[in-house]
Amino acid sequence: MIRIDNVSKRYGGTLVVDGVDLTLAGGGLTSIIGPNGAGKSTLLSMISRLIGMDAGTVTVDGLDVTRTPGDVLARRLSILRQDNAMTARLTVRDLVAFGRYPHNKGRLTVDDGRHIDRALAYLELDGLKGRFLDELSGGQRQRAFVAMVLCQDTDYMLFDEPLNNLDIKHAVTMMRLLRRAAEDLGKTVVVVLHDINFASCHSDRIIAMKNGRVAEQGSPEEIVRAEVLEAIYGTAFAIHMIDGQRIATYFR
Amino acid sequence: MGPGGPPAARRFTACPVIMLLLKFLVAFLVLALLAATSLFVGVSDVSLAAIWSGDRTAVLVLMESRIPRLLALIFAGAGMAVSGTIMQMLARNRFVEPSTAGTVEWASLGMLCVLLLAPGLPVYVRMLVSTGFALAGTAIFLLVLRKIPLRSPLMVPLIGIMLGGVVDAGTTFFAYRYDMLQSLASWTTGDFSAVLRGRYELLWVSLFLTLLAYVAADRFTVIGMGEEFATNLGLNYRRVTAFGLVIISVVTACVVVTVGMVPFVGLIVPNIVSMTTGDSLRKSLPWVALCGSGLVLACDIIGRLVIAPFEIPVGTVLGAVGSAFFLYLVLRRQAGVA
Repeated sequence: MIRIDNVSKRYGGTLVVDGVDLTLAGGGLTSIIGPNGAGKSTLLSMISRLIGMDAGTVTVDGLDVTRTPGDVLARRLSILRQDNAMTARLTVRDLVAFGRYPHNKGRLTVDDGRHIDRALAYLELDGLKGRFLDELSGGQRQRAFVAMVLCQDTDYMLFDEPLNNLDIKHAVTMMRLLRRAAEDLGKTVVVVLHDINFASCHSDRIIAMKNGRVAEQGSPEEIVRAEVLEAIYGTAFAIHMIDGQRIATYFR
Repeated sequence: MGPGGPPAARRFTACPVIMLLLKFLVAFLVLALLAATSLFVGVSDVSLAAIWSGDRTAVLVLMESRIPRLLALIFAGAGMAVSGTIMQMLARNRFVEPSTAGTVEWASLGMLCVLLLAPGLPVYVRMLVSTGFALAGTAIFLLVLRKIPLRSPLMVPLIGIMLGGVVDAGTTFFAYRYDMLQSLASWTTGDFSAVLRGRYELLWVSLFLTLLAYVAADRFTVIGMGEEFATNLGLNYRRVTAFGLVIISVVTACVVVTVGMVPFVGLIVPNIVSMTTGDSLRKSLPWVALCGSGLVLACDIIGRLVIAPFEIPVGTVLGAVGSAFFLYLVLRRQAGVA
């Protein structure tokens, strides 16, 4: 369980995250949605101790993220940020293998090899594993990063905009994959998503943020409603039931 | 595709370990050849025959001058190349190395301070002071990099060269005021001609740290992936960065104190190895060390042959080769390949 207790973050004069209280129970797929500047990415970065917080605490299974040794936390929680500019020239397989680093400190075991091969296969990277990252397209690189996080095999997996750079097929595959990680492997998956309909179709729970606060949280049925979304995004929505899925339209 | 194609291709890829061993064997042979050449090139006549027949002068020159020089070249080359690689991982930039980040200039300033304020100190204390300066200077460089929003990767070496230039100007000013320009020149231009037994042993320290860098190779690779990836993988970013800084500074200081600045090795070698082998340091550092030694050896031999019986310092030869390579790197980037 991830407990977020009265967490705030200030950049210069602006309060980006404003006293957020939130409990993310173990298991399932949780999506965080909201307009630009709502504090979604900042919150995710604070949960995963990539940036410090100005107030409040975050605990993962009772471990305070700011005080727990980095390598202990790295075996329990993983994070993939958006915009990963990687200057190091690694092959896809090397990159994915580094997902095992928290477990093996660089000495690959047979078991690590199995994890690596499975992660590569999950993301359809078998044919690309010998290629260098700088020789890949943006979408292929994104899949390689996700494979690395998958290979890290932590109970909690956090992704900031994992669908960035992905075409429709790979976006759908990615969401199915994350669902499977939650359902079959019992992982707790938290994703920041821009696309409301992906959130609606794949989440167990949706958290909507606005102005640094949690505006609404609940099941897709509770959140993907015209009046709720209109209040969050400030624009008109229509909700349609299509094949049992709640689809929001807002294009015209 | 013809029936003969695939099996042959498979035969080559089937045993990557053997291919790798073969490559290392070839590299070692080339290095051995360069080393042998280095031993037998020079004003004094040292030949296998002379040594075999027990010619005392030849043996003396070999033991007191040629072998120390050879070891100094190998250690300095490997050390500077590995330092350059680590620095490129820490700064996440392809264009930095100890001579484009101000490290060398700070180390020289440290030397000058010792010579001015406490000239009687033994050589290892000079090295320590020089290391301290190099460490502080490189840390300042990395801090400046964190503060300045970088629009282009080329800004990074520009900032380093600029910082180095400021420090160098200060060093030159004081050296001029205290009539020490002559000795300043001896450690700003790498020159192995004065290496004798008893005067190069500090470089064993640099060799030790170069080996230590290999032990921590995976950590430096992870650091090179960036602070966020490193943190996610549970690495203490600051601690590993500090460790890398210590290695770079000690190696640079050892080299500057004993033979003077050996420029561009840390730029040329890591870039070439990265193009072929990538940046997983566990795999690439052995190549970096081998190629670094080979490059410095080759440039030293060239310097000894071009105007024989006189010598061109290796620093000058490397300066010429390195500047050309630096230009190539910049132009290649602009062509959109890098």
